[in-house]
Amino acid sequence: MRRKISLKPITLLLLLITFVSYGKEQEVHGEPKTDRKTEIKEYIQHHLKDSYDFGLYSYTSDEGEDKHVGFPLPVILWDNGLKVFSSSKFHHGESVAEVGGDFYKVHHSKIYKVDGADGKILEDDHHHATNEKPFDFSITKNVSLIFLVFGIMFFMFSRMAKSYKTNNGMPKGTGRLLEPIVLYVRDDIARPNIGEKHYKKYMSYLLTVFFFVWIVNLFGLTPIGMNVTNNIAITLCLALMTYLITTFSGNKNYWKHIFWMPGVPWPMKIILAPIELLGTIIKPFALMIRLYANITAGHVVLMSIVGMIFLFQNWLGSGLSFLLAFVLAILELLVAALQAYIFTVLSALYFGMAVEEHDHEEGH
Amino acid sequence: MEIPAIVGAGLVVIGAGIGIGRIGGSAMDAIARQPEATGKIQTAMLIAAALIEGIGFAALFAV
Repeated sequence: MRRKISLKPITLLLLLITFVSYGKEQEVHGEPKTDRKTEIKEYIQHHLKDSYDFGLYSYTSDEGEDKHVGFPLPVILWDNGLKVFSSSKFHHGESVAEVGGDFYKVHHSKIYKVDGADGKILEDDHHHATNEKPFDFSITKNVSLIFLVFGIMFFMFSRMAKSYKTNNGMPKGTGRLLEPIVLYVRDDIARPNIGEKHYKKYMSYLLTVFFFVWIVNLFGLTPIGMNVTNNIAITLCLALMTYLITTFSGNKNYWKHIFWMPGVPWPMKIILAPIELLGTIIKPFALMIRLYANITAGHVVLMSIVGMIFLFQNWLGSGLSFLLAFVLAILELLVAALQAYIFTVLSALYFGMAVEEHDHEEGH
Repeated sequence: MEIPAIVGAGLVVIGAGIGIGRIGGSAMDAIARQPEATGKIQTAMLIAAALIEGIGFAALFAV
């Protein structure tokens, strides 16, 4: 009991110390509130973009110079020949990189060619850079995370397969962990939506896309600050794969229902055909937008609320923001899994439409 | 961003919200009536909600 009581003043003292040191820091920097607002906005925008170096965090030192902690990634360009160099040459986008007589500069997260060491990015009336753009195959932050997730998934599932082999078909370790999820994808996503007859063919794609989106979304919530699925190019590729698989596995019935809908009068058939044809493209398009928008919206909201901690700068407001951010982060954990689930279910649904067989002579 | 566009996006979001709310409410009713069909109802609910959500996001990005 005595110990408990003696803890109280210590806690109070600790709180006071943090409070005083916090106040001091404010004096040193002394930035007005409006500056902080734009700073937070810039930070969020920066977070949503892909980058050429793997920055873990950055800060301004007491001497007022910007420090970046992280490591550079390889930049691969095709510009009259292959050019490979480290992104450290850009000095976090602040300087021009010289490679084999050519000069490159990063402008709004894109690489442009400039004339010389002090070359400028020229802009037209709409603030679009007019400089020449080399073909860019760089291993950016997003690409490096995709490689990482690829490695993790390969390791995970080969371990899983092995655990079945060595243990007489009984799952162990990784296998026991992942079996329910794999079975869930098979029994609750693939089977009811695609049908008993055809589902096996699509299992590999559905499982891959489910685990890929899920793991990538979870990585987006870690403080490493990488988010791959809020890059629309990546969701586009995922949706494109669903579209291609749907289109190429479409059977006679599928195409018949698009171009010559059975069971409706013929003037309607002519009206329906273009709508249905458009529908085949809108479906994967919605798939792309949904994943991209959900993850982006989640990140923006979460980071805005984290940014509010620095805007309020008092115990009540910052404390509430922290609590809200905490709750939202947990909600984002749910969203990460939910979006993976939705993407897989809808893909399975589209495959199911493509392979559906109409045994009955129909009246729609 | 002009004000009409923002108001329009807001209206779409209100519509999407009402839609998703109705789906959730109906799913609750259905589960209460037939608890043994919970899994199937949840799946259908999530799919329908996701489809409406897509429209809401499309409106937000059009602004």
